[in-house]
Amino acid sequence: MTAVVESAPYTVEEVCEHFDPVMGLEVHVELNTATKMFCGCANAFGAEPNTNVCPVCLGLPGSLPRLNGAAVESAIRIGLALNCRVRERSGFARKNYFYPDMPKNFQISQYEDPIVFDGYLDVPLDDGTTWRVEIERAHMEEDTGKSLHVGGATGRIHGADYSLLDYNRSGVPLIEIVTRPIIGAGVRAPEVARAYVTALRDVLRGLGVSDVRMDQGSMRCDANVSLMPKGTSTFGTRTETKNVNSLRSVERAVRYEMGRHAGVLLSGGAIRQETRHFDEQSGTTSPGRPKETFADYRFFPEPDLPPLEPSADWVESLRAGLPERPWERRARVQTEWGLSDEELRDLVNADALDLVADTVDAGAPPEAARSWWVSYLAQQANTAGVALTELAITPAQVARVVAMVAEGTLTNKLARQVVDGVLAGEGEPDEVVAGRGLAVVSDESALTAAVDEALAAQPAVAEKIKAGKTKAAGAIVGAVMKATRGQADAARVQELVLERCR
Amino acid sequence: MSDTQRSGAGASGEELLSLDATELARRLHAREVSSVEVTRAHLERIEAVDGDGGGDGVHAFLHVDADGALAAAEVADRAIADGGPVSPLAGVPIAVKDNMTTTDMPTTCGSRILDGWRPPYDATVVGRLRAAGLVPLGKTNLDEFAMGSSTENSAFGPSRNPWDLTRIPGGSGGGSSAAVAAGEAPLALGSDTGGSIRQPGAVTGTVGVKPTYGTVSRFGLVAFSSSLDQIGPCGRSVLDAALLHEVIAGHDPRDQTSVDAPVPPVVEAALAGARGDLAGVRVGVVSEFAGEGYQPGVSAAFTDAVRVLGELGADVVEVSCPSFSYALPAYYLIAPSEASSNLARFDAMRYGLRVGDDGSRSTDDVMSLTREAGFGAEVKRRIMIGTHALSAGSYDALYGKAQKARTLIVRDFTAAFETCDVLVSPTTPTTAFRIGERIDDPLAMYLADLCTIPSNLAGNAAISVPCGTSADDGLPVGLQVMAPALADDRAYRVAAAYETARGESTGPRIPELRALEGSR
Repeated sequence: MTAVVESAPYTVEEVCEHFDPVMGLEVHVELNTATKMFCGCANAFGAEPNTNVCPVCLGLPGSLPRLNGAAVESAIRIGLALNCRVRERSGFARKNYFYPDMPKNFQISQYEDPIVFDGYLDVPLDDGTTWRVEIERAHMEEDTGKSLHVGGATGRIHGADYSLLDYNRSGVPLIEIVTRPIIGAGVRAPEVARAYVTALRDVLRGLGVSDVRMDQGSMRCDANVSLMPKGTSTFGTRTETKNVNSLRSVERAVRYEMGRHAGVLLSGGAIRQETRHFDEQSGTTSPGRPKETFADYRFFPEPDLPPLEPSADWVESLRAGLPERPWERRARVQTEWGLSDEELRDLVNADALDLVADTVDAGAPPEAARSWWVSYLAQQANTAGVALTELAITPAQVARVVAMVAEGTLTNKLARQVVDGVLAGEGEPDEVVAGRGLAVVSDESALTAAVDEALAAQPAVAEKIKAGKTKAAGAIVGAVMKATRGQADAARVQELVLERCR
Repeated sequence: MSDTQRSGAGASGEELLSLDATELARRLHAREVSSVEVTRAHLERIEAVDGDGGGDGVHAFLHVDADGALAAAEVADRAIADGGPVSPLAGVPIAVKDNMTTTDMPTTCGSRILDGWRPPYDATVVGRLRAAGLVPLGKTNLDEFAMGSSTENSAFGPSRNPWDLTRIPGGSGGGSSAAVAAGEAPLALGSDTGGSIRQPGAVTGTVGVKPTYGTVSRFGLVAFSSSLDQIGPCGRSVLDAALLHEVIAGHDPRDQTSVDAPVPPVVEAALAGARGDLAGVRVGVVSEFAGEGYQPGVSAAFTDAVRVLGELGADVVEVSCPSFSYALPAYYLIAPSEASSNLARFDAMRYGLRVGDDGSRSTDDVMSLTREAGFGAEVKRRIMIGTHALSAGSYDALYGKAQKARTLIVRDFTAAFETCDVLVSPTTPTTAFRIGERIDDPLAMYLADLCTIPSNLAGNAAISVPCGTSADDGLPVGLQVMAPALADDRAYRVAAAYETARGESTGPRIPELRALEGSR
C-alpha cells in the first residue's frame, strides 16, 4: 500500500482540499567566526582532514571549553535581526548521545534557555505580499565532526565497509533557528518554506555572520511537515525531512511530504513520526534508519561554562549597528536611484547591489556607479572567473575613478586603464594615474606647444587649414594625441589647432 | 649516589626524606644540598618502599620518571646556582595524581580504558609546577577516575597505608597522600571531588587541602564531576601545603570556571597561625558530624582538638547545619550524573583501549565491548546511576532534587559563616579501614566522605590537618577546618595554629615501614 501511495503523491491543491498543512522549519547556520566556538582552531571549510584540531575540539581528557565571544555576538545580532528578545541570563547544556563524529559523545548546546527567543521574520513572497513567520528561538551549539562512510551503496553508515572521521568541523559554532508552527499557508506552504529560508539567508548574509552556502553545508534546513484535517486544530503526526541542500529543495521537500502524508492518511494509514532523507535527484523522501530506542538526550546544565549574561548596553549597541534588511534596502535604492524593476533585478542577480550602494555611499552618482559594476567590472570578473565581490577593487576606489572622470582628469578610456591598474595591484587610483602617467593633459601652454610643433612638422597641412579647409585639422589633432599618448582632450586640441591657424 | 657525594652534601638521604618541603627549600636555596641529591634520595625511597602493586609495598606510584626527575632537578640546581629569581619551591620533588595530564608521562586515571594514551598537553597545574622549578617524580595511584575512598578501585591494584600496609590510604587520592606519608615525596597534588584529598590526608596523617572551587585551574584534570572537582596540595605540614597552594592557584583563561580573583594569602596565614594565637577567631563545631557511625577514638581526638583551639583563644560555638544530612545522597546523584557525561568520551574511537575491532563488528558494538572491558565496577555503577538520574522520567525527582538540596547546603554554610569564621569537624568518621573491608559494600564506603562532601557541593575551602591518633587503634585522625569561598587563608591559619600547638606528639611523620623492609 505504502509503495503505491508514494509513487503517486497528491498535488498540493488536492492535499489542501482535505487538509491544512503545518510546517516547522529548523535552520542550522554555521557562523563564519575566525575560530571555533570553544577553542582557537581555525574555523575553515575544506582543509585537509584533521588539521584544524586541538585537545579541546577533539574532546581529549582534561580539556575544557572556552567560549568564543564573537560567536555570542553573532548569535545576538541574528536574534535582533529576527526581532527576537535577548535573554538576560542564558546557559549552555549538554546533549548526550553516542556518535563517533562527536568526540565528547555530548554536544554543548542550549536547552531550556536559548540566548534569543520569541521573534518573527516578515518574508517577501513571489506576488509581492509578505508572510510573517514566527521565530520560537535561536540557540547556539557546536557542530560535530564529519563521518565519511566508505563502501556500501548509499554512502550512509548502514552497509558501509568502514568509516573515516574528520574533526575539522568539530566545534564550529552553529546557530539553530527554529520557527513556531507555520499554519494557514495552505497551497502556498511550499512557497512560504522556500521564501522563508531565502529571506533568512539574505538577512544572515547582510549581517555577514555566515557564508550561508547550502551546497557546502554552512546553512542546513530540516523541514517538519504534518497535516491536520480541514477545520480542525489538532496537529497531525509530523515527519522531519533532512538533507535539504538548496532553496529549491526546501520547496520540493515540503511539497512532496504534503502529498505523501495525504496519500497515507486518505487511504486510511497513519503517518509514522520519523526522520526522512530528501533525495535531490528524484525529489522524493525516504525514511531514515528507524531508531531502535527512544532518544533521551539527558540534557543537563553544562558545568564547564558559566551562565551567559550579555549586558544591556552591549545588546543595544549591537542593535544600533544592525544593517538594513536586504529587501528594505532594495526598495529604498530602487526609489532613490530611479531604477526600473528590470534594472534592479539585474543588479541583484549580478550580486552588485551592495557594491553599487557602497560606491554611491562613497560619493559616486548612482548611474555611474551602477554602470561601472554591471558592465566593465562585471566583464573583468567574468574574464578572471571570480565573483564580482572578489574583484581586487573596492567601492571607494571605483567612486574615486568616477570622481576623476567628472573632474575631467580622466577620460572614460583612461578611467578603464586606471581601473585595470587597480585590479593589477598597482595601488590606489591616484597612484595608478601617477605611475602610468594617465592624467589628461590640461596644461594649455603644453598643449599649445604640442599643437605648434605638429603644425611646424606638417606645413602643407597647416596651409590647408589656414586656407579654410578645417577638415584637414584632423591630421594635426591626431598627431597631437599621438604625441601626448592619448592623454589630451581631443576636442580642446581641435579648438587650439583652429585658433593657431587663424 | 655514592657515600662520598652524600657526605659532601652534609645530610644523609634518610635525613632529607624526613624534612618537610619548607626546610628542603631553605637548604636548596642556601645551596646546602642540591635538587639532584634530594630527588635521588626520594627516587631511592620509592625504589625501596613502593613495590610493584603486587602486595608488599606502598604502591603509591603508577609511574615513576627517574630520568625526567633528575633532568628537572639539574635544571633547578642551575637556576639556583645562577642566583636569579627562583620560586620558593624550586628544586623540591613532587608527586602528581595520575588524573592530571602530563606530556612526558602516561595519564591513566587508574583505568584500563586509557591504555596507551600519552596526553599531548600538560595540565595547567603541571605547567605551573614545571615553571616554578618543582621536580615531578611520577604519577600516583587513585581510584579509577577518582571514584572511591580507598584506591581499591584502581585498575592497577590498591595503594597501602604506610602506617599499616594492610589498610587503605584513603581515596581517591590515596597514592598522593601515601607517597607523602611514606617519605616518597615531600609534596603531592591531589584532586578533591567529595573528599579525595582530605580523607586520604586524614587517614595517612598528612595535610590535604581542597581550595575554593575555581581557584585552581581544572584544565588538564580529567573530569570526574566538573562542578565539584578541585585540585589541591598534599604535604606533611600546613605551611608546605600553603607554599604549594600558591604555586598552583590563580586565574587560568583556559578554564572558564576559574575565578579571576587574587589568590588568598595562604602562606602568610599559615605563618601567622603558627604563631599560635587564635584570639577572637570564631570556630563553629558542626553538630551534625558526631554520634552514631563515628569511631570513638576519632571523636575523642576531635574533641581534644576543639579543646586545643579554645586554649589558643578561639571562641568555640556549636552550629547546626541541618541540610548537611542531604549532602551524601545529593552528591551521589550530582557527581554520577556529571560523570556519566564526562566519561562518555571513552569510546575507543580516538585514543586508549579498543576491544573487539576485528572487522566484523559495528562501531556501537566496539564502543560497548571497550567500555565493558575498560571500566571497573564502581565506574560502571556510577555511570548507570548518573544516566538514570538524568533520564527524562527521573531528572526532576533525582538530579533536579539533588540540585535543590545543594542549594540548601549552600544556605546552611552561608548562615553558619555569618556567626563563625571557620567550621570544624572530623575529616572522616573512622580511621583507615582494612583493604577489602568495604569494597563489597558501596554505601559503607561512601560514608567515608560524609564530612567532606558538603564543602564540594558548596564550593568553599577546607583543609584536613593531622589531629593525633585514635586511642582505639593508634591510627591517624584528621581535623577538618572549613572556610568560606575565597577565604582559604582562614582555614590555613586555624590549621597551622592547631598544628603548632599539637607539636610532634603523635609519632613519626614518616612511618618506618618495618613490615615492608623486613620482608626484603
